[in-house]
Amino acid sequence: MGRYVVRRLLQMIPVFVGATLLIFLMVNVMGDPIAGLCGERQCDPATAAQLKREFGLDKPVWQQYLTYMGNVFTGDFGTAFNGQKVTELMATAFPVTIRLTLVAIVFEIVIGVTLGVVTGLRRGRPVDTTVLMFSLVVISVPVFVTGLLLQLLLGVEWGWIKPSVSTDATVGELIVPGLVLASVSLAYVTRLTRTSIAENRRSDYVRTAVAKGLPRRRVIVRHLLRNSLIPVVTFIGTDIGALMGGAIVTERIFNIHGVGYQLYQGILRQNTQTVVGFVTVLVLVFLAANLLVDLLYAVLDPRIRYA
Amino acid sequence: MPEPIPQEPHTAGGGRTPEDGAIAATGMGGAMDLATSEGETLEGPPAAGPGPSATPRSLWSDAWHDLRRNPVFIISGLVIVFLVVISVWPSLIASGNPLACDLAKAQEGSQPGHPFGFDGQGCDVYTRTVHGARTSVTVGVCATLGVSVLGSVLGGLAGFFGGTPDSFLSRITDIFFAIPVVLGGLVLLSVVTSNTVWPVIGFMVLLGWPQISRIARGSVITAKQNDYVQAARALGASHSRILLRHITPNAVAPVIVVATIALGTYIALEATLSYLGVGLRPPTVSWGIDISAASAYIRNAPHMLLWPAGALALTVLAFIMLGDAVRDALDPKLR
Repeated sequence: MGRYVVRRLLQMIPVFVGATLLIFLMVNVMGDPIAGLCGERQCDPATAAQLKREFGLDKPVWQQYLTYMGNVFTGDFGTAFNGQKVTELMATAFPVTIRLTLVAIVFEIVIGVTLGVVTGLRRGRPVDTTVLMFSLVVISVPVFVTGLLLQLLLGVEWGWIKPSVSTDATVGELIVPGLVLASVSLAYVTRLTRTSIAENRRSDYVRTAVAKGLPRRRVIVRHLLRNSLIPVVTFIGTDIGALMGGAIVTERIFNIHGVGYQLYQGILRQNTQTVVGFVTVLVLVFLAANLLVDLLYAVLDPRIRYA
Repeated sequence: MPEPIPQEPHTAGGGRTPEDGAIAATGMGGAMDLATSEGETLEGPPAAGPGPSATPRSLWSDAWHDLRRNPVFIISGLVIVFLVVISVWPSLIASGNPLACDLAKAQEGSQPGHPFGFDGQGCDVYTRTVHGARTSVTVGVCATLGVSVLGSVLGGLAGFFGGTPDSFLSRITDIFFAIPVVLGGLVLLSVVTSNTVWPVIGFMVLLGWPQISRIARGSVITAKQNDYVQAARALGASHSRILLRHITPNAVAPVIVVATIALGTYIALEATLSYLGVGLRPPTVSWGIDISAASAYIRNAPHMLLWPAGALALTVLAFIMLGDAVRDALDPKLR
C-alpha cells in the first residue's frame, strides 16, 4: 500500500509539471501580462520595460517557470497586479468553491446513485425510460441555460431563493447553484450506475445471494451496489477537479465569489499570477482526487490489492 | 509505465480500468463504459440475428438492421438531416436577413410573420435562430472531424506500436485531462481577436483529441490481440496492411460512437464559451451569442433566450441520442 502510494505520487510529478507548464505557457506566451497593468491605454515603452524587469518577465520563459515553481513550493504564489497576495485571494475563494463542490457531489451521490439503482433494476419499464429521457435532456441543455432558467424561475418568479449568493455563501444559499453545477454530472452518474447495475444484476454472485435467501435490500446494497460502484466512483473522483474548475459558469450566473470568479476576473484582466496560481492548485486537487479514487477501489473490491 | 492495478484485460465485464474512468470524467460517462468494453464482446462469432436470414451478417449490417427499426435513431437522424439542410440553405425556411434589425421593435413578443418575436436589437429571433444553425453545425462537425482524425491516428499508432511512444502519449493525455476545458478555453481564446469560427474549432481540437486518442488506443490494443491479426502477421503482412485492413475496421466502432456524442457536446461548449465572452463574436450569427446577449434581459423578455436555447438543446440532444442508438446497436451484449 505505502509503496503503491509512493509510486503513484512519483507518477504524478510529470503530469503536474506538464499541466502547469502548459497553462504557464498559454498565459505567458499568448497574452501580454504587462498590458493588464496599464489599463485601457497602451503602455509607455520605458514603463513596460521597467515593469518587465521588476516581475522578471524579461527572462526566458523556462526560467520564469522554474522561479515561479520554486516560489510555489515555499508557499509563495506571488502577488496579483493589484498588490493583493494570491494566497489571500485563495483563502477567500477556495472555501466558497469547496462548499459549492461538496453540495454538488452530495447531489451526484444521493440523487444520481439512487436514480441509477432504481432504473437499473427496472430496465425497460416506464420509470427507466422516463429517467433516461430526462437525463438526456439535462445533458443536452447547456449548464448556463439551466442555471439562468432556474435562477429566473426559483429566484425571480417564485421567490424561493435569493437570485444571487451573498459574500458569505452559506451552504443553504449554495443548494440551487450546487444542483446546477452538478446537473450534467448527475445525469452521467445516473446513466453510469444504471448500466453497471443492469450488467451486474445477471451475474452469478447476485443469483447466489438471492438463492441463499438474503433479503432483497441486502442483496442490492451489499452485493450488487458495492460491485457496481467502481465506475461511478471513478467518475465522481475525476469529476471533483472538473467541478471546481468548471464552476466558472455557475459562479458567474449566481454571482458567487469563488475560484471560478477569481479565475474569470484574472483571465479578463490578464492577471497572470492569479490565473497560474489557481490553476496550479486545481491541478493538485485533480491529481489528489485521482489518487484517492484508486485507493477507494481496494475498499470497494477486495480483490484489488496494492502490493 | 502501465497502470499498476492488477487485472486481466479480458475478464468479462472488464474494461473498467482507471483510464476508462478518466475518460468518462471528461463528459461522457455511460458511453465510455460500454464503448470500451465493446471490443471484447465483438470478438465472438457474429450472433445469429433474430431475423429470417441464416447467413451470418457482419457487425455493421447487423447494427444497421437494428438501427432501421429503432425509433430513437430515426427521429434523431431526421432532426440532424433537417439541421444540416437548414445550415446549408437557411433561406429555405427563413427568407429574412438575420442582420436586418429594427430597434423600434426591440424585445417585442411574437407577431404574425415573426413567430419567435424580436431580440434586444430588434432582430427577428426566428430568422436568427434558423441562421444560427450553420455556425453551430460547422463548429460541431469541424471540431469533431479534427479531434477524430488527430486522436485516432495518434492513439491508434500508439496502441499498435506500444513501447516508449505509447507511454509518452499516455502521459501527454494525462496532462490534458488535468486542465479543465472551460478554463483552457478562457485562457487561450481571451487573447484571440479573430471574428471567425476557426480559433474556437482549433481550441476544441487542441483540448479534445486526448479523449478520442484514449478510446482509439484502447480499442486498437484489444483488436491487436485477435487471432486474425496474428494470422495476418504470420502471413507476412506489413504494418500498414495489418493496421488498415485488419485492425481499423474492428476498432473504429467505439471511436464513431464517442465522436458522435462529442459532436453534441462541442456545440454546447461553443455556446458556453460565447456566453463567457470568449467564443464567437458578433456579427457572426450563433445560438451561443444570442443566448449570451439575451441572458441580460431574461427577466423582461425570456423568449429571446428560450428559442435559441431550445434549438441548441434539441441539436445536442439529437447527436447524443444518435450516438446512444448507434452504441446500443453495436453492442451485442445488450441484444
